[in-house]
Amino acid sequence: MEKTETNFFEEIVFSTTEKNEQRAHNKKMIEVRELTKSYGPTVAVNKVSFEAHAGEVLGFLGPNGAGKTTTMRILTCYLAADAGSATVAGYDIFEASIEVRKQIGYLPESAPLYTDMGVLEYLNFMTQVRQLPKSQRKERIRSVIDTCGLEDVIQKDISELSKGYRQRLGLAQSLIHDPPILILDEPTSGLDPSQIIEIRNLIRDIGQEKLVLFSTHILSEVSATCSRILIINNGKIVANGTPDELASQAKGEEIVHIGIRGTQEAVEAKLDELDFVSQWTHVETVDGIVGYQINAAQDSNAAEALFHVVVKNGWSLTELRQESADLEDVFLNLTDKEQTHVQNQRSAEQADDSNDA
Amino acid sequence: MTNITAIFKKEFRSYFNSPIAYIFITFFLGLSSWLFFRGFFFGNQAEMRGFFGLMPWIFLFFIPAVTMKLWAEEKKIGTIEILMTLPIRDYEVVVGKFLASFALLIVTVLLSLVIPFSVMYFGDPDGGTIFAGYIGLLLMGAAYLAIGLFTSTLTENQIIAFILGIFTCFVLLIIGEDIVLFNTPDWLFPIFSYLGLGAHYSSILRGVLDSRDIIYYLSLIGFFLYLSTLAVESRKWR
Repeated sequence: MEKTETNFFEEIVFSTTEKNEQRAHNKKMIEVRELTKSYGPTVAVNKVSFEAHAGEVLGFLGPNGAGKTTTMRILTCYLAADAGSATVAGYDIFEASIEVRKQIGYLPESAPLYTDMGVLEYLNFMTQVRQLPKSQRKERIRSVIDTCGLEDVIQKDISELSKGYRQRLGLAQSLIHDPPILILDEPTSGLDPSQIIEIRNLIRDIGQEKLVLFSTHILSEVSATCSRILIINNGKIVANGTPDELASQAKGEEIVHIGIRGTQEAVEAKLDELDFVSQWTHVETVDGIVGYQINAAQDSNAAEALFHVVVKNGWSLTELRQESADLEDVFLNLTDKEQTHVQNQRSAEQADDSNDA
Repeated sequence: MTNITAIFKKEFRSYFNSPIAYIFITFFLGLSSWLFFRGFFFGNQAEMRGFFGLMPWIFLFFIPAVTMKLWAEEKKIGTIEILMTLPIRDYEVVVGKFLASFALLIVTVLLSLVIPFSVMYFGDPDGGTIFAGYIGLLLMGAAYLAIGLFTSTLTENQIIAFILGIFTCFVLLIIGEDIVLFNTPDWLFPIFSYLGLGAHYSSILRGVLDSRDIIYYLSLIGFFLYLSTLAVESRKWR
């Protein structure tokens, strides 16, 4: 009696999973509203809201301790939030926690595994606790072994595995029930460069049809893999957009590096005359070539204009390079602001103190 | 039920994958046979009262050693984060782990049947009391296991779980002892004498399987399994 019930239950779950995949694109999979969680006096996650859809690779970017892990732990129902709400695949994470967990594959930070088990034994255990029907277990194990490249180690014990293989086994574990949502906490930390590239490619492949939410504090990682980026700092979401959108936000002044063969006085006199140059700095003079860093107004096409100036004056150009604003600037801008602010305050206070003394 | 079975199988196998089970069984059988047979031949009586009398004290050190890793290790290496985000209810994990440790205890106790068979070789002991003694042994052992499982949920340090387990079992054991009872105030006396782990065990040892004693052990086990579930859930309290 009980057995038929569970089978029936499994059928429902699997048929919904299939449906999810059929209309994979643009289906809202995660919706988070004003999620808040504090540990004692420290607020780890502060009114975080965002949405995520199937077929997206969503990068969670932020410095260490920004609240990435806490947000993920709340979404996977490991921790409970103090306030706010969230739904995963339409299920409320507080009301229907078990349903939510069925929709999610989760790889916690540093891929914790049972070191006293064998690789196959572990995967087999996961198929049982994920309640996969007996007939599908072998097939699913085979499939994740292929996807994650574990063929070489299936006979080994987990304690013998290298860091890279442990990470892959952790990923295999999260994929075993073919979940529509994958949540990965720093999946590439501690891996060597070639392993990082492998994992990234894997994430991108999986992200074709599923929703992948992964966290990192490495910038190049998000621009390489993500279709959308959430930058989180001090528990708040400070930016949300595609990598290109965020990069264009960061564009302000144009910065041009220029090297000119000519006399320093003449060049500097000319630079002062130019309207679009807001500021210039003499960098160096080597073998009669003077180098400058020039800050110009936004959208002024400074590089082209400078080229014409140089040609008109009969100097020759040895270097002309425009610095492009990228994600790094966005990230530093958004995450450093508050810290610098605090630092300024602190130094101001120190100044006050020394004045008093 | 399938979830409990899966957890049970995993934990039970993990005892035998690591040296824990072998060390536990060997030392337990070695120590208890040595202590028992050392006095047995002087007594010149074919009975096992000496063996059963030792058990509350031997279990005190052996049982928390079996349970200490069940939660503390999961917390320490972080596997708890995967375990508790599986579509399994917290109590199912607690019960699965408890049953695995209980199964190890059953295996050990079955192996210790060598002792009563040896006693039968030397004389003609009362089979009824030995049978009752073994039932009492399993009930008391299961209660110790539930306590040890609970203390393991409180910390990520196995040593602390071990010592807390010994301490809790020790307190529950001695509050029923005569020496303590003589010095307890009158109003506490019935509570202490009822809660004491040892008194119920000795009444079973007399060969009387009283339902009150069995209910006592079952409720003690249930209580500590409930506390364990609460402790595991406490990460989600708001």
